[in-house]
Amino acid sequence: MNISVRNCNLWYGDFQALKNINMDISNREVTAFIGPSGCGKSTFLKILNRMNDLVDGCRITGSFHIGGVDIFDKSTDVNLLRKKVGMVFQKPNPFPMSIYDNIAFAPRTFGVRKKAELDRIVEDSLRRASIWDEVKDRLKKSALGMSGGQQQRLCIARALAANPDILLMDEPTSALDPISTGKIEALMSELKQELTIVIVTHNMQQATRIADKTAFFYLGELIEYDTTEKLFSCPTDRRTENYITGRFG
Amino acid sequence: MSIRSKYEAELALVFNKLIAMCRAVETAIEKSVTALVKRDRDMSAEVISEDKYVDNLEHEIEQDCLKILLMEHPVASDFRDVSAALKMITDLERISDQAADISEIALQFGDEDFIKEPEHITLMAHLAIDMVKDSVQSYINRDIELARSLDSRDDRVDQLFETVKGDLVELIRKDGKNADQAILFMMIAKYLERIADHAVNIGEWVEYAVTGCHKIG
Repeated sequence: MNISVRNCNLWYGDFQALKNINMDISNREVTAFIGPSGCGKSTFLKILNRMNDLVDGCRITGSFHIGGVDIFDKSTDVNLLRKKVGMVFQKPNPFPMSIYDNIAFAPRTFGVRKKAELDRIVEDSLRRASIWDEVKDRLKKSALGMSGGQQQRLCIARALAANPDILLMDEPTSALDPISTGKIEALMSELKQELTIVIVTHNMQQATRIADKTAFFYLGELIEYDTTEKLFSCPTDRRTENYITGRFG
Repeated sequence: MSIRSKYEAELALVFNKLIAMCRAVETAIEKSVTALVKRDRDMSAEVISEDKYVDNLEHEIEQDCLKILLMEHPVASDFRDVSAALKMITDLERISDQAADISEIALQFGDEDFIKEPEHITLMAHLAIDMVKDSVQSYINRDIELARSLDSRDDRVDQLFETVKGDLVELIRKDGKNADQAILFMMIAKYLERIADHAVNIGEWVEYAVTGCHKIG
């Protein structure tokens, strides 16, 4: 599903964290946000499923459309928006319950009651997150006993159980070892066949490996947004060049 | 030393070795043609033996670049500089080989008089040498215009090659005994024509390093 943002400004109290951002994100692609800490990339990501609604003193202006629908329109159901726009965080955050119940949580919330239907969703979600084979024999065990990499894939499976069109990922592999990171990157490449993925990452090699397009944020501005190949081989803006070559940041 | 400074020091090392390689190659072509015209056998032998120095430099620079690619994962202009250097050294090494080839042919003329004064070959050599020098200079100065000018200058070298070829065919028709030397001159002309082509290639890699666009020649 396409994302279109126009004239986005965001303030935390008096501090302007995002400045006049315009961006179109393509369907079924991976888009990476890069930039130094505090540049606004995570803030911008969170606008896309209105996570910033929960932040005191946060004020947002601009227009934000997903699949042609205004996500800040009064008629928008935020719960449904977050069902359609799933999110995975930096630190895996499984619920303190069984693996099965973690995945079944969202479908149950949205009214699925039949066990057979829940079983199907749980298996399908875990398969799509490439973790089914590792957990199929211990679905009733606590999710907290899984490794960090498994927990993160469980969180992805949990997001997939809500059948989202878009998956937002905020540094999803920064706490993981290279093998777990590789599994999640491979997973992203598979999932983009059916989903739009937006990922915030501090790992620029990760961006070059997985992202079709990359956006560079700096001091609340979107400095450059292009195909990943173009941005990393021949950036247009000097600030992008300086950041990705390690001259600052 | 910061990570960036260490990295810049590694890039500077590659740059300096590349300049040294360029200078050695320029000298090799100049000496190969001078030795031919002046019938200086010692100078021809020098060019042949000095080709090893260029080969060694190519190997060193190649290893340095591969190490940077492996260890530093360069991007943007850093990546373009390293990639361009890797491609340029191949052309430079070939030019040095061709200078050595010209010198080997020069030695085959022995003490016989030339069937014809090689004025067109000398002109080709001057143009090709200037092109190599300018390709190197365009790299040092990041001079896109100079790099781009090489393509059209190569056309003149190609024209001269056709002229030399025509002259030599004529000489063979006139007297079959001219054939031995004519073939040697023909090979020298072909090497010079190829040297000019390599200069154009270097110019294209300079353009890539500076702009990110690589024109396919």
